[in-house]
Amino acid sequence: MKLSIGSRLFNAANYAVLSLIGIVTLFPLYYVLVVSFTDSHEFAEKNGFILFPTNWSLAAYEYLFSTSAFINAAAVSTFLATVGTALSLIVTAAMAFSLSRKRLRGRQFMLVAIVITLLFNPGIIPPYLVVKELGLINSVWSLIIPVLTSGWYVILMKSFFDSIPVELEEAAMIDGSTDLGTFFRIVLPLSAPALAAFGLFYAVAYWNTFFSAVLYINDFAKVPLQIVLRNMLVDSSTSTGGSAAVEMISEQQIPTQTIKMAAVVISTLPIVCIYPFLQKHFTKGVMLGSVKG
Amino acid sequence: MNSNIAKLGRKSRTQEKARSRGLWPDIRRDRYLYLLALPGILYFLVFKYVPMWGVVIAFQDYSPYLGILHSKWVGFEHFIRFFSNPDFIILFRNTMMISFLNLLFFFPLPILLSLLLNEVTHHAFKRTIQSIVYLPHFLSWVIIVGISFLLLSQSSGIINMMLQWAGFASYDFLTNKDTFWALLTIQNIWKETGWGTIIILAAITSVDTQLYEAAKIDGASRLRQTWHITLPAIRNVIIVLLILRLGHIMDVGFEQIFLMMNGAVTDVADVFETYVYRNGIQNGQFGYSTAVGLFKSIVGLILVIIANKLAKKFGEEGVY
Repeated sequence: MKLSIGSRLFNAANYAVLSLIGIVTLFPLYYVLVVSFTDSHEFAEKNGFILFPTNWSLAAYEYLFSTSAFINAAAVSTFLATVGTALSLIVTAAMAFSLSRKRLRGRQFMLVAIVITLLFNPGIIPPYLVVKELGLINSVWSLIIPVLTSGWYVILMKSFFDSIPVELEEAAMIDGSTDLGTFFRIVLPLSAPALAAFGLFYAVAYWNTFFSAVLYINDFAKVPLQIVLRNMLVDSSTSTGGSAAVEMISEQQIPTQTIKMAAVVISTLPIVCIYPFLQKHFTKGVMLGSVKG
Repeated sequence: MNSNIAKLGRKSRTQEKARSRGLWPDIRRDRYLYLLALPGILYFLVFKYVPMWGVVIAFQDYSPYLGILHSKWVGFEHFIRFFSNPDFIILFRNTMMISFLNLLFFFPLPILLSLLLNEVTHHAFKRTIQSIVYLPHFLSWVIIVGISFLLLSQSSGIINMMLQWAGFASYDFLTNKDTFWALLTIQNIWKETGWGTIIILAAITSVDTQLYEAAKIDGASRLRQTWHITLPAIRNVIIVLLILRLGHIMDVGFEQIFLMMNGAVTDVADVFETYVYRNGIQNGQFGYSTAVGLFKSIVGLILVIIANKLAKKFGEEGVY
């Protein structure tokens, strides 16, 4: 069918607007990437007007990887995003599976108890006091255990497990499988897409851990990447300040623009790298949330 | 043959197992299921229910040395102090203004973007744009605030360099009360607009395509198709999203504000959480700041419950 002139004009305008939106979204990230590879003298000479560097330089990256603060923090964040994600997935999936068994005594009670935690948020201070009483302050576990699972994810994963055909599980039961066997051999393998989506959400949340670290970590050797980034990027003399960790790094030399941008690139890279592989899963994850609820 | 009989035998046993035999036998039968749930149960008890009980320190002159059990009870003293404090009005105004600006300028954008994306017939182009606009959702606020500082800095940011190059005076974006709320809104638009399209695009794909074909035969332009078919079809989803957003009107992007805040903009930036953090964690006024947090939580709870009731009225499933 031939398109009318109005329709073709509309198409052209639509593609132009969407391309512009894409450019506006990507430009800040592209600019950061380019400047991070630019020689710091060239950056100063051109006043930052750089769309493509003439003198490539890895100096900013070399500097970052020579500072123990940055490497330590990257290691802490990597630990959170791997160990934390694995633990969160296990705890969430195990609880969700248990709650998806209709015959379980106390199931309804537990579900209501979980929904209540979604509705009422006790604020910042009471959880802080719990973490303090447990002696977790300044422990890297304070960044994992208090956010180990979430009511949302337990309920969403439970509704995903509910959607697995009962026949499959019954067949396994007939073949003598126990509940644990059904969980590990039937339900988990069938839930791979959901696990990928939840895993992505957990991993990103752990990698982006910031405020828990402001609250719970005062020892600069144990801060995650986001804290170091904040100290580098957000001028600590004008900001609200934070834990002792914040004051400690401001004694370091002020990094130049290119070093700051290199730090942004390194801390964004893991997300950008895993993103394409998981894209088809996370849209499913979001839909699961909106459809099932 | 033999194995079939064995299977039948087992089948009747599993059916029997599923039948209830009283509380303790049931619990014994399902002990492994409880074991699976145990870490989660402990988590919710220790990190959700203990803090819920811990809010009682809002009614205490809490001292960390005495603990919850031995601290002095002061009734509603902290609440009275907070409500009679000018800070209360400031916090409330800032929260409402930031929420309202987001509602006005951010909320419609995912809908508009979804409508534009829906008109794209070229699949690869559509998918590329979607991939690009979803990406910022995954970046931390530290990164986004950091990039904002790099771009907007008065002395070295490229935006001010361009302004100067074009003959304008450089502008102080970052420590300026007048533009602080706008800056928050723009950051939020950049980060979340793309992500917000996922739900709306899904609602659009559920529209019956026969409607469009019928409209085409009747000679309806694409604008009219959008106006008369797509928008009415996703109206309920939009209304529900709007109601739920209103239910969370007390929740503003706290990490974002915490990071963007500086001495020059405290007046317009301070919200409940930043205030609680400063007075509670930094200055050790645990009882008082817990009371402030509790006030916010209770208002939030009431709003969310009302919002869910309303959302259900529009024929959509609520959040819980």
